[in-house]
Amino acid sequence: MREKSWREIPIGGIIEDAGNAETYETGSWRTYRPIWDPEKCIHCLACWIACPDSAILLEDGKMIGIDYAHCKGCGICAFECPDKISAIEMKIETDVND
Amino acid sequence: MPAPKQLAERKELLAGGHRACAGCLPMTAMRQMLLTAGKDTVVGCATGCVEVVTTIYPYTAWRTPFIHNAFENSAATISGAEAAYVSLRKQGKIDKKINFVAMGGDGGTYDIGLQALSGAMERGHNMLYICYDNQAYMNTGIQRSGGTPKGTATSTTPAGKVIPGKTQFPKPLTEIMIAHDIPFVAQATPGYPKDFSDKVEKALAIDGPAFINVLTPCTRGWRFPPEQSMEYARLAVKTCFWPLYEVEYGVIKINRKPKEKLPVSKWFEGQGRFRHLFKEANKGIIDEIQAEVDRKWELLLKREELTQA
Repeated sequence: MREKSWREIPIGGIIEDAGNAETYETGSWRTYRPIWDPEKCIHCLACWIACPDSAILLEDGKMIGIDYAHCKGCGICAFECPDKISAIEMKIETDVND
Repeated sequence: MPAPKQLAERKELLAGGHRACAGCLPMTAMRQMLLTAGKDTVVGCATGCVEVVTTIYPYTAWRTPFIHNAFENSAATISGAEAAYVSLRKQGKIDKKINFVAMGGDGGTYDIGLQALSGAMERGHNMLYICYDNQAYMNTGIQRSGGTPKGTATSTTPAGKVIPGKTQFPKPLTEIMIAHDIPFVAQATPGYPKDFSDKVEKALAIDGPAFINVLTPCTRGWRFPPEQSMEYARLAVKTCFWPLYEVEYGVIKINRKPKEKLPVSKWFEGQGRFRHLFKEANKGIIDEIQAEVDRKWELLLKREELTQA
């Protein structure tokens, strides 16, 4: 990103584009990647309500996937997934990412 | 009252791409708060982890208006915004209901922002103050705060030959806020999302000032694996170290009474910051903390009984 001159910066350093942090990708921080199995998922949303990175994607109240551009791989989702279901598995990033 | 299923139908108001550590539970608390409060909310946050990681210039993770002013004055800043809103409403220039939420970490609330918070509550602004308590100044490198538990190893109270971690008990902030006689005070944690969400909803619906103290485990400062953040939040409740309760117009209600109260050592186990307490020489400290937790829990049960009548 090109640095702005002082004339281009809004007064008070206001950021006018609310939520523009999503253009910053934190997915490269990941050591472990959560792999979601839609077959096993019961859509209880335990992972979604616990995710610190808003990285569990929903549609009409149901889980549809994981936002790998922002997921930092903390593993809370896999930990919170009910033991009997285990629909999310953490795998070493370099083993699954090519 | 909103359970996760109902919240799931609402718009996500905290964008990903913020720079919090992996497994940061304060961010989970922010998401749960925003999902409950909705988009017509003005948020102010004291300097601290949440403020720093969500608003690294030129980015913001907030899809609501957000104000950062300084470390000590988030309550004063938001009370000013609320006063302006009241005036604009009176003048007929604004019509819709807007929520005002001020926040601070334990450093910005227990210590640095306490005066601004106390003043805002006393003046009776229609606002909610949320303290996200991760029990030390985590953002600057884990220095002890007024909210740090006794026996905690931090970078300014390192456990060693001289001291076994912090030597003082934490400041009873929730009780200080109860003593302000405001309409609503509560203790919560994102480890119990429905309970926390219910409290945010209640606090915003009530006319007048409200305060919620939210325990938010910090994987880096507490030294446990990041995936266990929610578990450590729940263990704090199960051991009665962090009872979930609310005080509505002076009436105390305990939201969760553990069937089997776990010993505090169950919560300490696995947290690196308490590792030294399990050495033979420090065993007495755990007993001392347990006695204090028991005393406060018994007192809370009695206070509930007294105020319910």
